[in-house]
Amino acid sequence: MENNRREKNVLLDVKNLRTAFYNGDSKMEVVRGIDFTVQKGEILGIVGESGSGKSVMVKSILGIIPNNAKVDAGEIVLDGEHLESLSKKEKRAIRGREIAMIFQDPMTALNPLKKAGDHLVELLVRVRGMKKKEAINEAIELLRMVGIPSPETRVNQYPHEFSGGMRQRVLIAMALACNPKLLIADEPTTALDVTIQAQILELLKKLQKENDMSVVLITHDLGVVATICSRILVMYAGRVMEEGMAHEIFYSPKHPYTKALLNSIPRVDGEKTRLKPIKGSAPSLQTISSGCPFADRCEFAFDKCFKETPEYQSFSSTQKSMCFLAGEGAKVDD
Amino acid sequence: MTESRKKLVELKNLKKHFPIKSSFLKKGTQVVKAVDDVSFHIYKGETFGLVGESGCGKSTLGRTLNRLYDATAGEILFDGKDIANLTNKELQPYRKRMQMIFQDPYSSLNPYMNVEEIIDEPLEIHTNLSKNDRKKIIIDILEKVGLKKDDMGKFPHEFSGGQRQRIGIARALSINPDFIICDEAISALDVSIQAQVINMLEDLQEEMNLTYLFVAHDLSMVRHISDRIGVMYLGKMVEISKSDELYNRPLHPYTQALLSAIPIPDPIKAQNSKREIISGELPSPIEMETGCRFRSRCPFAKSICAEIDPELKQVDDEHLVACHLY
Repeated sequence: MENNRREKNVLLDVKNLRTAFYNGDSKMEVVRGIDFTVQKGEILGIVGESGSGKSVMVKSILGIIPNNAKVDAGEIVLDGEHLESLSKKEKRAIRGREIAMIFQDPMTALNPLKKAGDHLVELLVRVRGMKKKEAINEAIELLRMVGIPSPETRVNQYPHEFSGGMRQRVLIAMALACNPKLLIADEPTTALDVTIQAQILELLKKLQKENDMSVVLITHDLGVVATICSRILVMYAGRVMEEGMAHEIFYSPKHPYTKALLNSIPRVDGEKTRLKPIKGSAPSLQTISSGCPFADRCEFAFDKCFKETPEYQSFSSTQKSMCFLAGEGAKVDD
Repeated sequence: MTESRKKLVELKNLKKHFPIKSSFLKKGTQVVKAVDDVSFHIYKGETFGLVGESGCGKSTLGRTLNRLYDATAGEILFDGKDIANLTNKELQPYRKRMQMIFQDPYSSLNPYMNVEEIIDEPLEIHTNLSKNDRKKIIIDILEKVGLKKDDMGKFPHEFSGGQRQRIGIARALSINPDFIICDEAISALDVSIQAQVINMLEDLQEEMNLTYLFVAHDLSMVRHISDRIGVMYLGKMVEISKSDELYNRPLHPYTQALLSAIPIPDPIKAQNSKREIISGELPSPIEMETGCRFRSRCPFAKSICAEIDPELKQVDDEHLVACHLY
C-alpha cells in the first residue's frame, strides 16, 4: 500500500540512465545505469564526490550535455511524459517551464551585458508569452519574492553590481519565473560564504513549500543535505551506491561508502577525534570494469567484490544499497 | 603556564592597505583596508586557525605575514625579530623558516617541472647541499607525504588533486621550516581526501615540530585542526579564543552568527537547532564607516557601536573579543 501511494506521487522517474563521453574511438561512461524517482513536493539530495557523475546525470535529464556526450540508454518520465524520445526542440519547451535548473557559479551564469531584469523579462516573454510591460512588473515581483531588497532599482542593474549571494537569488528568480514542477539545483551554495549559504538554503526551503514544487539538490556537502533534504541518493563512480530517507542515510547507513564518507568529516558538534579518511582516491572511469566500483577503497571488500557488480538490496520501502554485505559491512563499526 | 610558552610569530598593529587608483575625474585615492590594525601571536608548535568570510582579509593577512605583500604599518615579529621592513636579502634566512601551502593544487605547481625539480627548488635556493644530498632529502620527504620514490620523474598533470597537494606540502617541508602558512590548503579537495591531508598535516606537525597558521573558511575543519582560532571581519580581528571554547561559548555576535550558519551533518540536530541567520552581506570595504564594522548586520547594535570602534580586549583566559557588549 505504501508503495502504491509512492508510485502515484512520482513526478520524475528515471530508469537505467547511461551517459557516455565519446572521444574518437574511446568511450568513457560517466553515468553507468542509474534508477531513481523524484516524488512530488520533496527535496531530494544527491551527494557524491567530484567525478561521481552527479552533474552529468541531471544534465542528461535536461538534455544539456556537451556535443561529445550521448545518453545511451534509459527512460526519463516526467509526470507521465517520456522525455528521452523528444526532439531537441520539444526538450527546449520543457526546460524552464517544467524543469528549471540553477547552477553552481553565480558569477558566470548571468550575461554581463544584460540587466538583471532583462534576463527575467526575456524568459517571461518567450516562455510565458507576456507583454513586455507586464513582464517587467512580474520581474520586479520575482526579485522581491527571492528577497532582493529594493527590486524596483535592482531590476535595472547589471550583474557586476550584484554580490555573489544576490546573483544566486537572481538565478533562483529566473528558475522560478515559469512555475516549474521540478527545480534542479547543482551545488547552488558551494561558491557562497556560510552565512549567505544559510540564507539561500532557507530561501529554497521556503519557495519549495510555497510553490509546491520538487527540488533536486546536488551537493558534496553532507551538512547541506542534512539541513534541507528529506531523501538522499549517494553516488559514486557513476552509480547510486545507496538511497534512503535522510534519517536512514545518516543514522543507519548500509553501504560502506556512505559510512566511510560520514566518518571522514569533522563534526562541529561533539568530541574531537582523529579523522578517518577513505584510503586511495576515486577510480578512473576510463579503466573501471567489472566489480563494485568502491572495492579498491573498501575496508570490507572480498574476492567477489572485484569480479561481480553487486545487486541492490532493500532494507525498507525507501532504503536500498548496492553491496554484497547486505549492510553488514556498514554495521561493522569502528 | 601560558606565559612560559614561546611565541614564534607576533603581529603588532599590522596594517595592509591597498590603494585603489582613482579615475582622472575623481580626485583623491581611496584605500581598501584589507588588514586593519591586527595584533595577535602564535605560539611555537601550535596551530592557529584564521576564519572569516571571503573578503575579510584572512588571506591578505597570511601573505603580509610572510612578506609576499609589504605591510603598510605595524610590526611582524618572527622569533623575536621584526621582519616587516627587512630587505629581500635580509629576509632570506627568515624565508627559509616560513613556507606556504597554497589553495589550488592545480595552479601552484609549475606544469613544466617534474616532482623532483619542484621539491628541489627551495633546497637549491636555501641550502648549500650537493645534488646527491638534496636527492636523499627529496626521497625522504616524498615518503613522509605518502608519495613514492618513482614519482620523482613524473609531472604534476599525472597526479590527482590530493596527490598534487601532497607535492605542494613536500615542497614546503623540504627545507625543514618552523612555520607553515596553509592558505585554504584543503578547500579544493574532495571530502574523503581532505581527511587524508589533514591527518598527514597533524602527523607532520608532531614529527617535525611545526607551527601552522591555518587559513580557511570551512569552520568544522578549522575547529578540528586548530588549538586557537581567530575570527576576522572586514580586516579586523573580532575574536580570538581556544578552539573548543570558541565553539562552545562564542562571544562576538558575528562569531555566533557564523557558527550557527554551519550546516550540521545530522538531520535531527540540523532541523531542531535554532539557526540565527544573519541578514545582509559583507559591506563594501572601501566606504568604511566609523564605529564597529559589524554593526550594520548586528542584532544587538547600540548607539555606541556607531561611534567607537571596539578594541580587542581580554575577557577570559586566552579569550579576547572586540565588542561593546563585553
